[in-house]
Order: sequence, then structure tokens, then C-alpha cells
Amino acid sequence: MKKTVARLLSLTVCAGMLTACGGGNSSAPASSGAADSGASASGASGAVYYLNFKPEADDAWQALAKAYTEETGVPVTVVTAASNTYEQQLMSEMAKSTPPTLFQVNGPVGLSNWKDYCYDLTGTDVMGELASESFALKDGDQILAIPYVNESYGIITNKTLLAKAGYAVEDIDSFDDLKKVAEDITTRKNELGFAAFSSAGMDGSSNWRYQTHLANMPIYFEYQDKGVGVSETIEGKYLDNYKAIFDLYINNSTCEPAALAGKTGDDSRNEFLAGEAVFYQNGSWEYSNLVGEGKPFTDDDLAMIPIYIGVGDEANQGLCDGTENYWCVNGAAKEEDIQATLDFMYWCVTSETGTKAMADDMGFVIPFKGAQESPNLFVRQDAAYSAAGKTPISWAFLTIPSQTWKDELASVLTAYAAGTGSWDDVKTQFVDGWASEYAALNG
Amino acid sequence: MEKALKKYWPFFVLPTFAAFVIGFIWPFLQGLYLSFCKFITIDRATFNGLKNYIFALTEPDFLHAFWFTALFTVVSTICINLAALAIALALTREIKGTNIFRSVFFMPNLIGGIVLGYIWQILFNCVLTLLGKPLLSLHAPYGFVGLVILMCWQQIGYMMIIYIAGLQSIPGDYLEAARIDGATERQILWKVKLPNLMPSITICTFLSLTNGFKLFDQNLALTGGDPAHKTEMLALNIYQTFYGRAGAQWKGYGQAKAVLFCILVLVISFCQLRATRSKEVQQ
Repeated sequence: MKKTVARLLSLTVCAGMLTACGGGNSSAPASSGAADSGASASGASGAVYYLNFKPEADDAWQALAKAYTEETGVPVTVVTAASNTYEQQLMSEMAKSTPPTLFQVNGPVGLSNWKDYCYDLTGTDVMGELASESFALKDGDQILAIPYVNESYGIITNKTLLAKAGYAVEDIDSFDDLKKVAEDITTRKNELGFAAFSSAGMDGSSNWRYQTHLANMPIYFEYQDKGVGVSETIEGKYLDNYKAIFDLYINNSTCEPAALAGKTGDDSRNEFLAGEAVFYQNGSWEYSNLVGEGKPFTDDDLAMIPIYIGVGDEANQGLCDGTENYWCVNGAAKEEDIQATLDFMYWCVTSETGTKAMADDMGFVIPFKGAQESPNLFVRQDAAYSAAGKTPISWAFLTIPSQTWKDELASVLTAYAAGTGSWDDVKTQFVDGWASEYAALNG
Repeated sequence: MEKALKKYWPFFVLPTFAAFVIGFIWPFLQGLYLSFCKFITIDRATFNGLKNYIFALTEPDFLHAFWFTALFTVVSTICINLAALAIALALTREIKGTNIFRSVFFMPNLIGGIVLGYIWQILFNCVLTLLGKPLLSLHAPYGFVGLVILMCWQQIGYMMIIYIAGLQSIPGDYLEAARIDGATERQILWKVKLPNLMPSITICTFLSLTNGFKLFDQNLALTGGDPAHKTEMLALNIYQTFYGRAGAQWKGYGQAKAVLFCILVLVISFCQLRATRSKEVQQ
């Protein structure tokens, strides 16, 4: 008997240890606002629980949620997933008894994963406010996701340094110009004291600029040739141009190509902030990190120029325009919560407070009729490019079959930059990897 | 006292037993069921039969991860235990400052795996840059060696403490008797100390084997599986399958891999426990 008791006791002690270990798996949200008020919300008015994708906009969302609650009494919880953990967090949150009522997908491929969970937005008020119905993502005739922000990316240029090197942004309107300027800066690097490009870091915090945003260019131009918006196979017709621009980045950089494998997004940004490089490929979301209190730049120092790769009508090429931030409403949520969520979305994109917060605090240009002008320099520049009749490059990378494709492209690009891999590996991954990932996606 | 225990033991065992059922047995059974399903959130799973297991057992990356993990486990277990035992033997002699040395060797164990991984990544990359060699994430053999060094650095101190405890519990008269009989230091080590240390060796090899097999944090932080999944170990491979992929089928694949992984770790640790237990001696 004594033995049995001892055994059971030791078993339970072990169990305690095991469960204690298991507890470590539950990931804490990066931040949370009106702590779980969504769960305990009372009354028929429902509650909103928004799982936000953008960490840089977290503070602004928390404030906006608070303002909405003060105005209407409807509790709004905003939780922001830590960088790179959105899918994980969404998966675990959606299985809970109080799942997010409003969540995000990053485009058509992301939507295919979640479409069974989305509420059909056809005929809702917020849908009516969207500037064009064509922006929304559909499945059959159901409208499942609507974008809430338009963003653009290109090559952010330090005009002051460029002038020191004897050039102006107007001098650059083709790949050849960019190459000429960059290589000239590199030959005079010691004399000038700065490099052409900030480091093309291939660490996970930075490699999306090359395996996704730069990879957009060859994909976009190939789609243009074929006249399609998505394709399950890719020929890699413009991969030589992709190589040319990538070579330009890595050979005219602040550091040796072999060191890029360990460079992070912060490294790259800090080099640009410190005036060690003229060019920095990034997007309009980067504005608040470059201009403002405690930042070295003003609007006059900076410009964003298109990414030229030597294809198409370069003189009329604009910035890369699009979004990978789509709102979806959880169709499995309680009816009153769905209604509360739709009301909240409508309020965000129509009310004075909502539109102002999205424009000023978050720096967004929103694709809705009631959009306010954003103070973001890059957003205004993008509008100016469009007004001047330049054709924006759309975000064809939204049709990239999977994150795995991107990660593996990053891996071969890194090896190529360091000289331990060849460009053929990049080609293979780009073309064959694309086909096999689409096969896996459908299979 | 005995009587009361007999009568009320279920009452005392109940809270932890309930915790065990809720926190371990039930999730485990649910996980087992999910490994036969396709799902995105666990409340909407559809049965998928044996497909998940067929996929898991035929995926080249998973098999590579298995062999990589196995190799890593063997190498790290040997390195850790040899070094830990050597240090323990050195620190049980009467030298000055043993306590300081013991604390110093134990300290790395107090730092979390992710933090250690990033610190060592910076260290290795700096050294490799100075030597003009490809960085850690570009060359799989460096990644492997890096992982072994990292694990040794972290684990040796912990195992050392267990060995020291084992060495100190060997009765002094055994050693004295051996010396009087004219045994050399080497004979004392092999014939007296090691047989008496077998319980500690069992524990230490068990811990380092299972730690090696289950390694995740350090792998994620140090190499992240780069280049091209070549330094990806089983736990990281499962994580990538489950979270790195979109689509209901991948969750099932990841779950099936996790079940296989669990069985594997159980089998290996049982075999190891059997093998070393049989060599233990009664004091």
C-alpha cells in the first residue's frame, strides 16, 4: 500500500512538472488593450475583438479603440500579435470561446487558409464605403476581405547625400541611371564617406525586402507580359534583371556581400539614419522611423524613387502600390458581435476621429471614400507619381504561393550573396519552387 | 498516520491527478486524434485517415532532420558527459576555490536557450568573419559544430553538479580501503568511483539524450535551420510544418510528426534507462 501511495505521489509530482513545462507554450500577446473586456461584455450591443497585424500601429489602435468605447459604450479589445507571429496567434485565438471578431489576412493566399471563417461582407455599410469594389477579395460571389490601408514601397533616397555626390533624384529614371550613380558613389566611397546602398540584410528581420518586395518586380513584369493577375507557373523571364538589381544592391553596399547573412533590418535602418548610405529599399510604413522627433531627417531630406530593374517603360514607372492588410470579419462570432464589429469598421473609415487617427497617427492612406490626407511624405509622393501619369507597380507578390517559397528564396539569395551558392539555385527555387509550392497548396 | 494515509490518499492525490488529466492526458489524447485530421483551428477538424503519417514518413526534410538530430544527440551526449565528469572529478579534489569554480561552471545553465542562441550566433559570426569563412547560416557543418558547442557550454555545468553529488556520496571507507589495498588512482576511478557513480550516469545520460532530441530554442535562435533546412532538428521541423505553412493539411502533417516524435523520444529514453540501470550497483 505504502508503495502504491509513493508511486502515485511521484506520478503526480511528475505530472505537475510536465504541465508546468507545457504552460510555457501559451504565448502571451504582445500587448493588449481593454484587457479581455470582449469576454465579459454585457448587453445586446455586442463587443469587438480585433487581432491587429501591425505592431507599429499598436498604440494608435489602442487609442482609437478607447475613443470608440467612450463615444459609443461598445467595448473594443485590440490585441497585436508580435512581429512574425500573426498566424500562430490567430490560429490559437480562433479556437477559443471568444475568438477575434475582426482579423486580418495578407492577401489571396492568406485568405484561402481562412475563407471558411470569414463573414460575407456583401451589402454591408463598410463595403459601401470602399473606394472601389475591385479592391476587395472575393471567393465566388462572396466578399470576404477588404483592404484597410494602401502602402507603397520603393527606394528611399537621402537627397542631401545624393547632392553631395553630385546628383539629384531627377537624374535617376532608369536602371542604367541608378547603376551609374551607385557605382560612381562606390568608386568614390572613401572620399565621400558613405556608400550607395544600406546593407541588404538577409537576416529574418530584413530579408522580406528582397525575397518578397524585390521579387515582386520580375513576377509583376512577367504577369504583365502574359496579361494575367496570378499564375501557377512562372518562367523566370526577368530573373536576369532581378539578378542585376540584387547585384547592384550587394556590391555597392556599406558592407561586404559575405557579411549580409548576419545583417538585420535594424542594422540597415541605422546605417541609413547615420548617413552611411544614400539608398534604402523600404516602404511608406518606414516613414515614422525616419522623420520626426529625435530622428535626423525632415521631409526635405528624403524622397522615394521607383525600383528600376531595366524592364518596361521606365520613364513612366511609379512606386510599388498595394496592400497586404485585409480585414476579415469572423463569421463564427456571435451575431451581435459581428454587428458591433461592422459598426466599428464603418466608424473607423467614416468618422472624423477614425479617419484622422488612421491618417495622422497610423500614417495610412485608406482605400475608403472618407479618407483624409496623410502627412506621410512617401504616401504623398506616391499620389504625386500617380497624378503625373506614372503607372504604379502592383503587388504581384500577394500571389506568391507560400511563406516557405519566400524563406527558401531568401536562403538561396543569402548563399548567392556570400558566394557559397550560385545564381542557378536562385533560378531553380524561383521557377521550380513556385510550381511545387502551388502544387502543395492545391494538393 | 499510516491508517489515515490509507484512508484518505485518494483525497490528497486528487488535485494533482486532476491537473495531470486536464493538462496532460486529455490534450495528449486530443493531439493523437488530431494527428489523423486536417484542421486549422482544433474545433473544426475533419478526419484525414493515415495520409498525415504517410506524408510525414516520406518527407525528405523530416528524415534529414531525424538523422541530423540523431547525430547531434550522440555527439553532444558524449561531449557533455565526458566534460562534466572530468570537471566534477577535478572539483571534488581538495583544491582552493572549488565553490567558485562550481558556480562559474553552473551559471550558463541559468540563461535561457533563445538568449544563448543569439549571443553565440553573434560570437560565432564575428569569429567566422575574422577568419574569412562563410557565416553560420551559410554552412551546415559550422551550424552543427556551433550547436554542439552551445549545448556543451550550457549543459556541462548542470551535469557536473549531478556528478559532484554522486562522487561525494561515495563512502570514504571504500576509497580508503582501495588505497590500503594498493590500488592506483586509475584503478580507483574505474573500479570504485565509476561503478558507484552509475545512478548519476544514468540520470545525466538520460537528461542529455532527451535534451538533445528535444532541442528547439537553441536551434531556432542559432541557425533557424539555415541553410536550406540542413541544420533543422526534429522539433524545429515540426514547428515549421505546423506554423510555417498555410493550409489545413499541414496542421495534420505537423501533428502526425509530433506524435511520431513523442514515440521516438519515449522509446529511446526507455532503452537508455534499461541499459544504464542494469549496470548500477547497490552500495
